[in-house]
Amino acid sequence: MDTENLGQHISKQFNQDLENIREEVLAMGGLVEEQLTKALEALNLHDVDLAKEVIANDDRVNDFEINIDEACVKILAKRQPAASDLRLVSTVLKTITDLERVGDEAEKIARMAVDISETTEKSPLNGKLHYGALQHLGSLVKNMLHEALDSFARMDTESAVKVAKKDKKADEEYDAISRQLMTYMMEEPRSISQVLDFLWAARALERIGDHAHNICEYIVYLVQGQDVRHLTWDEIHRLVKKRN
Amino acid sequence: MTQVLEEKTIEQRLADEKVAIEVEKLNLFYGQKQALYDIDMTIPEKKVTAFIGPSGCGKSTLLRCFNRMNDLVDIAQVSGDIKIHGSNINQPSVDVAELRRNVGMVFQKPNPFPKSIYENIAYGLRLQGINKRRVLDEVVEWALKGAALWDEVKDRLHENALGLSGGQQQRLCIARAIAVQPEVLLLDEPASALDPISTLKIEELIHELKNDYTIVIVTHNMQQAARVSDYTAFMYMGDMVEFDQTDTIFTNPTQKKTEDYITGRYG
Repeated sequence: MDTENLGQHISKQFNQDLENIREEVLAMGGLVEEQLTKALEALNLHDVDLAKEVIANDDRVNDFEINIDEACVKILAKRQPAASDLRLVSTVLKTITDLERVGDEAEKIARMAVDISETTEKSPLNGKLHYGALQHLGSLVKNMLHEALDSFARMDTESAVKVAKKDKKADEEYDAISRQLMTYMMEEPRSISQVLDFLWAARALERIGDHAHNICEYIVYLVQGQDVRHLTWDEIHRLVKKRN
Repeated sequence: MTQVLEEKTIEQRLADEKVAIEVEKLNLFYGQKQALYDIDMTIPEKKVTAFIGPSGCGKSTLLRCFNRMNDLVDIAQVSGDIKIHGSNINQPSVDVAELRRNVGMVFQKPNPFPKSIYENIAYGLRLQGINKRRVLDEVVEWALKGAALWDEVKDRLHENALGLSGGQQQRLCIARAIAVQPEVLLLDEPASALDPISTLKIEELIHELKNDYTIVIVTHNMQQAARVSDYTAFMYMGDMVEFDQTDTIFTNPTQKKTEDYITGRYG
């Protein structure tokens, strides 16, 4: 399946319906990316207003999910899609669930940003906590999400597989951050509440990496018709290479 | 190792099935015009196999080869082998009447005889010389139950069959076909002239019948093929383009022509 293939149905309305859900997913993805970028910025700059904007905008992400979901159900009911069309609708339904969760994680980070900015001054750890590692993980998963959406737009399995590989790196960075934060907690028990906020933020970023990874697996299914969930990266890579 | 890495090919799957019909190098000409090209396929026993494809692709022609209905077309010439449970039905020595008893057929338009419901079913048995009332009664009840029609007609078995609705007439034709206990049932668009509810009843019946019979169905309704069949063959201009498990054909076909046809794209 490729992107040009979408517009070749005898029914022009069907072409339009499929193109619409595809475009809506990309629009939803764009919004979720923006939410994540702003949440990280709010965390980094202790910008409470920006964090509150992210929290408020989560409703828009949810609306996208509901509307795309409804459009997919209508296509299933009215068109009974088969083969690549069916795989597109099923991929879209799963992708928007993951994107909505990414939106929730971004909102969670924004809430942590509010908490952290309110407690930083009083914290015994003030000045000791380094945002560098968290921001590094943040830009890694932001990049993964961007490339996953880009692979979806181009229906490109090879780039999807490359994104999936980065998830391991995100997991490693998260492990390193949580080890470091545990040390802080042991050294300074009064800091536990603030360190936990940090830990939740790091955890949210790690989960975003997982969601980007899931989206990449759906793309392989969409294009090749093979369900590669729960396979190792090497197995996925081999299947994609064999097909291309 | 997970499922996807060890997915079986159609050949491997068919190797696990018992074979009902084997077609080898089947070619068919209507006069100068070739209608089937080198068809090779294996139809498994006690499964439903659907033939799909655009009008004129040869799917009904191929179906009619399985009980030599094409013998009735003067200009049709057939070459190649069709083995049903091992014996080649294209041999001149084959008793065609016996073959058609063994390979029953139901057509697009219900075609009951202008006789009573009872006699429609008893007819085939009477031809075989079975006239005992008790035996006929039993078979009529059994066949009507098998075709899911018994409850609707048991009180009016001796009324004219033409008084039944289209859906009931079609189920009567299926009952008539199974009354002589064939091994194979050929269904040529059996539900295309019926309303959606009668169609669902026929589909449900097909599902039940496959426990006892090998069923081959030609249908223009792709959703119907997807619903009722275990295997699907896509034909195009006399060629067998793709033959695979129905699930594979409708979610991830290998051939672009199949994909274009089932998704409603320009071929």
